[in-house]
Amino acid sequence: MSKFTLQVNGRSHEVDVAPETPLLWVLRDNLDLVGTKFGCGIGQCAACTVHLDGAPARACLTPVSAVGSAKVTTIEGLSPDGQHPLQRAWCELDVAQCGYCQAGQLMSAAALLARNPNPSDGEIDEAMAGNLCRCATYYRIRAGIHRAAELSATVREVRS
Amino acid sequence: MSAALQTAIDRRSFLRLATVAGGGLVLGYYVRPSGMAQVAKPDAARADGLFIPNAFIRITADGSVTVYSARPEVGQGIKTSLPMVVAEELGADWKSVSVVSAPLDAAFGPQFAGGSMSTPMSYTAMRQVGATARTMLVEAAAQAWGVPASECIAEVGAVRHSASGRSIKFGDLVAKASALPVPAESSVMLKDPKDFTLLGKRIGGVDNPKVVTGQPLFGIDQKRPGMVYAVYEKAPVWGARPLSANLDHVKGLPGVLDAFIVDRTVPAGQVTGLVPGVAIVASSTWAAFSARNELKVAWEEGRMPNSSWDDFARQARELASAPPGSPGVAEDRRDGDIEKAFAGAAHVIEAAYSYPFISHTNLEPQNCLVHVQGDQAEVWAPTQNPDGARKLAAEVLGIPAERIKVTMTRIGGGFGRRLDSDPVAEAAVISQRLGVPVKLTWDRAADLQHDHYRPGGFHFLKGAVDSGGALSAWRSHHVSFGSNIGADDYPARFVPNYVLLNSKLENGVPQGPWRAPGSCTYAWMTCCFLDELAHASGKDPVEFNLALLGDKDLVAGTGPRGRPYNAARMRNVVRQVAEKSGWGRTLPRGRGMGLGYYFSHQGYIAEVAEVTVTPAGDLKVDRVVAAVDVGSQIVNMSGAENQVQGSITDGLSAAWRQELDIKQGRVVQSNFHEYPMLRMADAPRSIEIHFIKTDNPPTGLGEPALPPLAPAVCNAIFAATGRRVRQLPISRTDLSWS
Repeated sequence: MSKFTLQVNGRSHEVDVAPETPLLWVLRDNLDLVGTKFGCGIGQCAACTVHLDGAPARACLTPVSAVGSAKVTTIEGLSPDGQHPLQRAWCELDVAQCGYCQAGQLMSAAALLARNPNPSDGEIDEAMAGNLCRCATYYRIRAGIHRAAELSATVREVRS
Repeated sequence: MSAALQTAIDRRSFLRLATVAGGGLVLGYYVRPSGMAQVAKPDAARADGLFIPNAFIRITADGSVTVYSARPEVGQGIKTSLPMVVAEELGADWKSVSVVSAPLDAAFGPQFAGGSMSTPMSYTAMRQVGATARTMLVEAAAQAWGVPASECIAEVGAVRHSASGRSIKFGDLVAKASALPVPAESSVMLKDPKDFTLLGKRIGGVDNPKVVTGQPLFGIDQKRPGMVYAVYEKAPVWGARPLSANLDHVKGLPGVLDAFIVDRTVPAGQVTGLVPGVAIVASSTWAAFSARNELKVAWEEGRMPNSSWDDFARQARELASAPPGSPGVAEDRRDGDIEKAFAGAAHVIEAAYSYPFISHTNLEPQNCLVHVQGDQAEVWAPTQNPDGARKLAAEVLGIPAERIKVTMTRIGGGFGRRLDSDPVAEAAVISQRLGVPVKLTWDRAADLQHDHYRPGGFHFLKGAVDSGGALSAWRSHHVSFGSNIGADDYPARFVPNYVLLNSKLENGVPQGPWRAPGSCTYAWMTCCFLDELAHASGKDPVEFNLALLGDKDLVAGTGPRGRPYNAARMRNVVRQVAEKSGWGRTLPRGRGMGLGYYFSHQGYIAEVAEVTVTPAGDLKVDRVVAAVDVGSQIVNMSGAENQVQGSITDGLSAAWRQELDIKQGRVVQSNFHEYPMLRMADAPRSIEIHFIKTDNPPTGLGEPALPPLAPAVCNAIFAATGRRVRQLPISRTDLSWS
C-alpha cells in the first residue's frame, strides 16, 4: 500500500492503496465517485472514461501511481450544476436507454467538443470509436453531440 | 396534519398515513390473481397506523404528486412511461410529478420486466389507478362548489369548473378527497384517448438528470456500511465442480479477507442458478480481482468437457440428412402433400442456415449486493425478475422469502439476462458465511463465459414456388440446443404444403432469453429464405410476401392453444414500409434494399434496410425504415422511438459480427477484443420510424423491432451484390463483388 494525493474534480484526496490499482477502482471504491463505470477492464468499452488534464483517459488502464499531479475530472465534475451543453443536450434529446455507458460517452464527447467545437460526423465517429453502447443509442449520441455543439455556439454568441 | 384529518384518514379504509411529513392522499390497489391490476380496492391501514408501501399515487397538501414505478428500469423506459399513463388519467401536471421506484411488494402486482409485457399488462391498470384518484378529486371539488361532478374536469394538477371559471389545485383538495368513499370499479370513467394531453408526447426519461451527472443509480454503484467485495470463480467447463484450490495462498494475498469453496447447485441439477465455485472476499474490488489472478483450482470435468461448435454443426448435418422417422427428429407439423408439391413445382430451393451462440454482454457486468443477518436478508440487485431473485435467494439461504427484502436498482442493460438471478445467489451464499454486506462483481470474462446464452441453431430448408409464382411448399428442419420453432410459427398456416421437423442436440450450454427469444433468429431464417424464393419466382419480394400473407384478416391458431395471426396488420406494415422507403427504386450495383417483417411480442413490424457494399465487400447500412404497429397508443413517443432505433442498431450489431465459439466445453472469447460489438461509425446513419396506429390494445416495444432487421439487411446485401448470407454473423460471408 502507498499513499497518493489525487486532484479530482477540483478537490484534493489522499488515498492509501496498492500502486497498481486502476484509477477506476480508486474512484469507485475509495472516493465514492461511482459515476465512472466498469465495463471491460481492458480499455475496450470506454465506460470508464475520465479526463486527465482535460484529455480523455481510460481509468481502468490508468494505475493510480501514474496519475501524479494531473487534474482528474469525472462525470461528477463535468459541470458544477449538470448543465454542461452535452448534459443539457442528452436530457433534451432523451439519449440514454439503460444509461450505463453514458458517463463515458459524455466524457469522450466533452473532450472532443473542447478541441473541436463543431465536429463533423466523421470526426464524431473517430472520437467516439472507443465507446460502446450496448443499448445501441449511437443514433441519439451523434444527435446529442451535434445539439451540444449548437448549444455551445449559442452560449459563445451571447457572451461575445 | 391536523388531528381531525388524522382521524379521518384513520377511519378511511383506503387511506394510509404517509411516512413523510404532511401525509396526503394515498391510493393503493390490490391485484387480482390473474396478475391484471384492478381499480383501487380498500387498502387496509395497519392497526399500528404505519404506512404499507403498496400505493401507486401520493398527493401531498402542497400539490406534489408522487407516482410509484413498480417494474424494473432496464433501459426500456418503463419508469417514465407507466407513470405517464397514471398522470394522464389523473390530470396531473407532469412537471409536478415525482417518480419513485417501488420496492418488491405483492401490492404492486407483477414486477418483472421481460417479454415486452410491461405495457400490455399494466396499461389499462395504470389508467384505472389514475382515473380513480381523479374521480375522487373531482368529486371533492364538485362538493365544495355545490355543482355536479360531471361539470368538472381535472387537468394540469387542478380541478376546474368551466361554467364558473373556478378551479382548485389538487393539493387543496387532499383533505376533502381523503374523506370520500372509493368509487366502484365500474363507475370510474377512463378518459377518451382523443382528450389525452400527455400520452404520445416526447417525454425525457425521469432519471436522465441523474444519469448524465453520474449519480449512483445502478446495482454496481450500491454500497452499505461495512461492505466487503467479492468475486466468484466458476469452472470454465459448464457444470464442473471444484475439487481443491490454493486457498491458503489466496487468503494471504493483500486485502483478502476470506476464500472458500462452494460446492452446491441450487436449484439442483440446473446450470442457471447457484453452481459450484470458489469465492474470494476482499477489502476492495481490485484486491478481489487481483487475488483471483492467483487462484488455482483443480476442477472435476464437467458433464460435456469435449463439446465444440464444430461438432454440434456436424451432428446437425447428420440429423438433417437422416431418413424420415429417424430417432431424434420430431415432426411437429404436416400440412398438405409436400412431396407432390415439390414434384410439381416450378422452382425448388434447398438451403442450410445457421447462427451462433451470442452473449447478452450487459455493459454493467453481473453484480449484486446482499446482506444476510441471521434469519433475514436484504438484496440490492439489478434484476429484471425481483421475485425470482428473492425465491432463489430464499432457497440458497434457507430463509423464508418473506424475510428477504429486495430493492431493484436501475439496470445497466438487461436483454433477458437479468431474468436469471445467479449473481444474487452467489452474493447471498457469501454474505451468509460472513454476516456482513457483500458486493459481488463479475468481470467481463466471467460475464462472457458464464452467460446464459442466446442459443445458436441450424435450419435446413427446402421450399418451392409454383408456376404462378406463389409459395407452394415449405419444409423446415430446425436443429437447436433448447427451444424449437413452434408449430404455428410463420409461415406455417400460410403455405398449403408445410412440414416442420425439429431436433435438439444434447449439450451442457447454459441458455436463456435474449432480446426477442426465438424470433430474433427465426425471423432472419424465415425472411431470408422467403426472399430466396421470391427471387426464384421472378416476383418482387414485397409483392411475393404480400401474396403469401393472403387475403384473410385473421388467421386462426392451430389447436386449443393456438393463437391467431393478424395478417391484415402485417400486410399493412409491409405496404407502409414499402411506400415510405421508396421500395422499387433502381439502385446502382453495390447498393440494395431488403425487406424483413415479423410478428413477435404482440407487435407487427416491417423494416426495409438500404445498404452499400463496396466491390471489396465492405458493408455499410445507410438507412433503415420501420413501420410499426403496436396498437392504438404510443405512450411516450421519445421512448418508443428510442426502443425502435436501439432495436434496429442492436439487431445489426448482433447479426454483423457477434459470435461465440465453443471448444472443449467452454466459450473461447473472454472480452470485447474478441467479441466485436457495433460501434458508432457502423451504426445506421438514418433510421425512420412510422408508427401505424390501429384499433388494438397498446403493446410493448423492448423487443419486436429487433427481429426484422437482420433479414432486411441480408436481403439488401443480396440485392446489392447477388451474395446470399445464410450464416450469421454476416462477417463470415465474403461480400465482395465485381
